[in-house]
Amino acid sequence: MKTERKSRIVVFFLSLLIWILITMVCSIPSLIAGIIIALITSIFAGEMLIITERKFHLKRVWYTIEYLVKFTWELIKANFHVAYIVIHPLLPIKPGIVKVKTKLKRDSALTMLANSITLTPGTLTVDIDVDNQILYVHWIDVKFTDIEQTTKDIGGRFEKLLEEIFE
Amino acid sequence: MHDLALNQIIGYIIICGGIIFDFFGVLGLVRLPDVYNRLQAATKSVTFGSVGILLGVFIYSGFTATGFKAILCAIFILLTSPVSAHAIAKAAHKAGIKLTDETIIDLYQEDKELQK
Amino acid sequence: MRVFRWFIGLLFIAAFFVMNFVVFTEIPFNYKLINVLLFCSLFILIRVVRGPSVADRIVAIDILGILIIGVCAILAIALQRSYFIDIGIAWGLQSFIGTLALAKFLEGRSLDA
Repeated sequence: MKTERKSRIVVFFLSLLIWILITMVCSIPSLIAGIIIALITSIFAGEMLIITERKFHLKRVWYTIEYLVKFTWELIKANFHVAYIVIHPLLPIKPGIVKVKTKLKRDSALTMLANSITLTPGTLTVDIDVDNQILYVHWIDVKFTDIEQTTKDIGGRFEKLLEEIFE
Repeated sequence: MHDLALNQIIGYIIICGGIIFDFFGVLGLVRLPDVYNRLQAATKSVTFGSVGILLGVFIYSGFTATGFKAILCAIFILLTSPVSAHAIAKAAHKAGIKLTDETIIDLYQEDKELQK
Repeated sequence: MRVFRWFIGLLFIAAFFVMNFVVFTEIPFNYKLINVLLFCSLFILIRVVRGPSVADRIVAIDILGILIIGVCAILAIALQRSYFIDIGIAWGLQSFIGTLALAKFLEGRSLDA
């Protein structure tokens, strides 16, 4: 009950903020229309954003910043990797689908891990097996096929940070 | 072109970088051999390129309506484009579209056959 | 054979860039940038027409949607109007939902599960 109310309040202020950013008009009628629409949104779809209870730590903010910096760096590296493969006349690729084991359990953490893997060099998440905690990853330049080495090489880049942030 | 402020010049440089990466991604879409490889190159490079263009527009126009909308749009693209990539990859594999002949390993197919 | 085709493509792309940035000097710079993006969408249309399977066409349409957002952003600073980015946001939303629906359809599930 309490988390549901908190989730509704967060959704209300988030949608009001997005309304103000999109319209960029600070007149009274526009603001009233925005409040009404944000109320409708939070009544009908408010309880889906925050599902579980967790405490606020200052450490988590620090880990989030570290994650964002690391993610940006990996994104830039990934794009230069793609550019190298595409320009090369002989297309040096060695594709395959490998398995990666993960320790994360929450849905939000798994989604963020899959998104991070998709935007980092040479990898693309194909499917998630939630019960066995296995990710199937398409790798454009396969170096190992063993599950432990792939876990260390692909998942290990983000898993520790995401564990600190989400769990 | 001669009376631009400094932030406008930096914005144009970032926009040009984004357009170059867009171009590489589209080139990968044409050149690479099968759906999964095309999806990799295209999703990564075109997402990064479009986010770069939007960041350049934000730096060009400063803290105005255009700038804030550009930031909102960039966050939206970064969150949604990997999700649609997963959806297409999973659907293509379940629909039985073959990987290219250069593929060396496919553990997903082996696990699916084991479960049957 | 592959190297030969690579060389032909290089000539084609180089011809476009020379025509765009060197030959026609009276076009404003913003419109030159938009021309490059439209050239990219020509490649995407090649993949839509030639794609051997349905999944290739879905990928190409998804990528086209993300590329159009970039075109909208550059139009917004070329014409000094902020509502072009609204068009980009709406286009991205529609493209995302459409891609998810097409992927579900390709997978063989019904749309409400």
